[in-house]
Amino acid sequence: MSVTRAEKPKKTGKSPVDYAKAPINADLTPKQKLGFLADMLRIRRFEQASLKLYQQGKMGGFLHLYIGQESVAVGTLALMGENDHAITAYRDHGHALVVGMSMNECMAELLGKATGCSKGKGGSMHFFAPDKNFWGGHGIVAGQTPLGLGIAFALKYKGLKGCCLTYLGDGAVNQGVFHESLNIAALWDIPVVYIIENNQYSMGTSLARSSAIKSCLAERATGYDMDWDIVNGENLYEVRAKTWDAMQRAHEKCRPAILEIDTYRYYGHSVADANAKKYRKPEEIEFYKQNHDPINLWENRLKEEGIADEAVIKKLDDAAKKEAAAAVQFAEDSPFPELESIFDDIYYEVDMGTESGQTGRHFFND
Amino acid sequence: MPVITYRQALNDALAEELERDESVFLMGEEVAEYNGAYKITEGLWKRFGDKRVIDTPISEAGFIGLGVGAAMMGLRPVMELMFWSFAYVAYDQIINNAGCVRYMSGGLINCPLVIRGPANGGTNVGATHSHTPENFLANTPGLKVVCPATPADAKGLMKAAIRDNDPVCVMENTLLYGDQGEVPEGDYVIPIGVADVKREGTDVSLIAHGRAVLTCLAAAHRLHEEFNISAEVVDLRSIRPLDEETVLDSVRKTHRAVLVDENKPFCGVSAQIATMIQEKAFDDLDAPVQRVCSLDAPAIYSPPLEIQQLPTADRIIQKVLAVCS
Ligand SMILES: Cc1ncc(C[n+]2csc(CCOP(=O)(O)OP(=O)(O)O)c2C)c(N)n1
Ligand SMILES: [Mg+2]
Repeated sequence: MSVTRAEKPKKTGKSPVDYAKAPINADLTPKQKLGFLADMLRIRRFEQASLKLYQQGKMGGFLHLYIGQESVAVGTLALMGENDHAITAYRDHGHALVVGMSMNECMAELLGKATGCSKGKGGSMHFFAPDKNFWGGHGIVAGQTPLGLGIAFALKYKGLKGCCLTYLGDGAVNQGVFHESLNIAALWDIPVVYIIENNQYSMGTSLARSSAIKSCLAERATGYDMDWDIVNGENLYEVRAKTWDAMQRAHEKCRPAILEIDTYRYYGHSVADANAKKYRKPEEIEFYKQNHDPINLWENRLKEEGIADEAVIKKLDDAAKKEAAAAVQFAEDSPFPELESIFDDIYYEVDMGTESGQTGRHFFND
Repeated sequence: MPVITYRQALNDALAEELERDESVFLMGEEVAEYNGAYKITEGLWKRFGDKRVIDTPISEAGFIGLGVGAAMMGLRPVMELMFWSFAYVAYDQIINNAGCVRYMSGGLINCPLVIRGPANGGTNVGATHSHTPENFLANTPGLKVVCPATPADAKGLMKAAIRDNDPVCVMENTLLYGDQGEVPEGDYVIPIGVADVKREGTDVSLIAHGRAVLTCLAAAHRLHEEFNISAEVVDLRSIRPLDEETVLDSVRKTHRAVLVDENKPFCGVSAQIATMIQEKAFDDLDAPVQRVCSLDAPAIYSPPLEIQQLPTADRIIQKVLAVCS
């Protein structure tokens, strides 16, 4: 038996459909559209500032930059309503800023400061803001995929109309736990929307070298009787329209979905990626920057629509730079955590001083 | 006090907690329609329905991860592993996610999750089905581990585990499921982190958890009858948090300790107890601390040999005689 597989549309820069007219986009105000630009600029300026700190040796470990992918976080997360939740992997700064975490707490976390969003205990890969329905920030590739399922399960269990946007990379799709999660999601009608941010590489391994079917990753959903779609990630209107469709299906019918959003990262896998220039040609990166930069494309779109001009854009960009610079200052001025705090935030019962937390020995130091 | 089985005690605990709190649900392979591979959840699906008692596909990583996510959202999932040996395919979810998410979020999240199931050798099912990973799990700050040895402890600790706001691993034992014992009626909850002296004695402390406690009791009986040695049996009940005081009090009284552990010896639970005793009660000891663990090989299938691989009363008695002479 032979089957025809979906051919992914070639990148054209322009979508054949005008997604600006989709219902979720048609009523957007100029202010909202400028807000998307502001958020993309904020992510980029925040990360550029963080890169500088990294290069100055002020940060430990990894720094996975999201630069080039901003339209994915902004296009999808801005759709979240009261009962919608989100969870992602370690490339999490963009998601954090879009859900409303402050640059200050994020930058301070990068420097391992007590004022960081996780009090310096999580670092770059582990940002969380449950009060904003954002559940991290997870360092194990695809380890977050069943958590997103569980969050969505809990929404349904509680009778809330919501969904969990669960992000993963093009490399993460090959982890077993992701497939277990897909099967359970479809089997039980769990309102989880998996969003594959396909930036074409998992560390130094291209998609062609990691996935048997190279034309499309989202299509794996058909193996689980699940809806799926592919999305041109550089087009904010398309990202919003298709994500909204999937969210609606989750809200109304509790059906899960996979969206594969095409995107591209400009920097190495992490800043410490020694092979950043070996597994792809500098010309390739340059090509994407010139032709597919989501911020440039959105700026052009706003100019075409008469919503923004250079002066307006510059104002937003200056504000983003200023906010990032202030966050750097805040982070640098903040204290490191006290050594004693190393034993806080391990057990809820201990932290709260409950009877359970005071019964038996919990920590085994010499 | 009614006499019921360890299995019934667990079933009662689960039923009472399902009844008490809407946010509690049971999930695992064959827990609902099949009534549980070991019948621990018998009748609960019929009584509580599809929403509260849920059969899963054979996807331990997937459904344990689901439980962690649901717990982060404030539900109280009670996840059954058909065997704790199968936890190894869900290890990432247990250690990295359940165990670390509170820390990595700087205390913004907590995870009131219970993972339960049998963790024991002695049933002739070979190495893959006979693991006792309480030492691995207790090695992770952020997780709690309890190992009930009697029906009463099974009920009281299960209820405490479900009410606890941190992730608790409850290690049961298929060889104990049919054991009978007195179990207090009503809302019987045993605090996690409290050991129990199961038999008082004056000459030597036998310190154990899980089924090894019963092996110790058998040994203590014979030590008394055949050798006129009075052995005290301390049941740890909870591995993490650990009730150090009860252990140390016993050692200070008897001045001798033999640690009995169905774990493998290398970095087993008893290794932690031994180091604690020498750190904190060295001057009280009249003899070196001894251990009786599972023989240090993968669990053997051959039935007569497997009996000898696990700690036996004979091996315990030999060690006791060596330190009491
Ligand atoms: C289980 C596991 N294996 C390997 C790694 C190391 N690692 C971190 S990110 C990564 C690549 C993942 O790529 P992808 O899923 O495409 O996400 P991207 O980095 O492109 O956002 C690898 C191999 C890990 N963190 N976890
Ligand atoms: Mg990738």
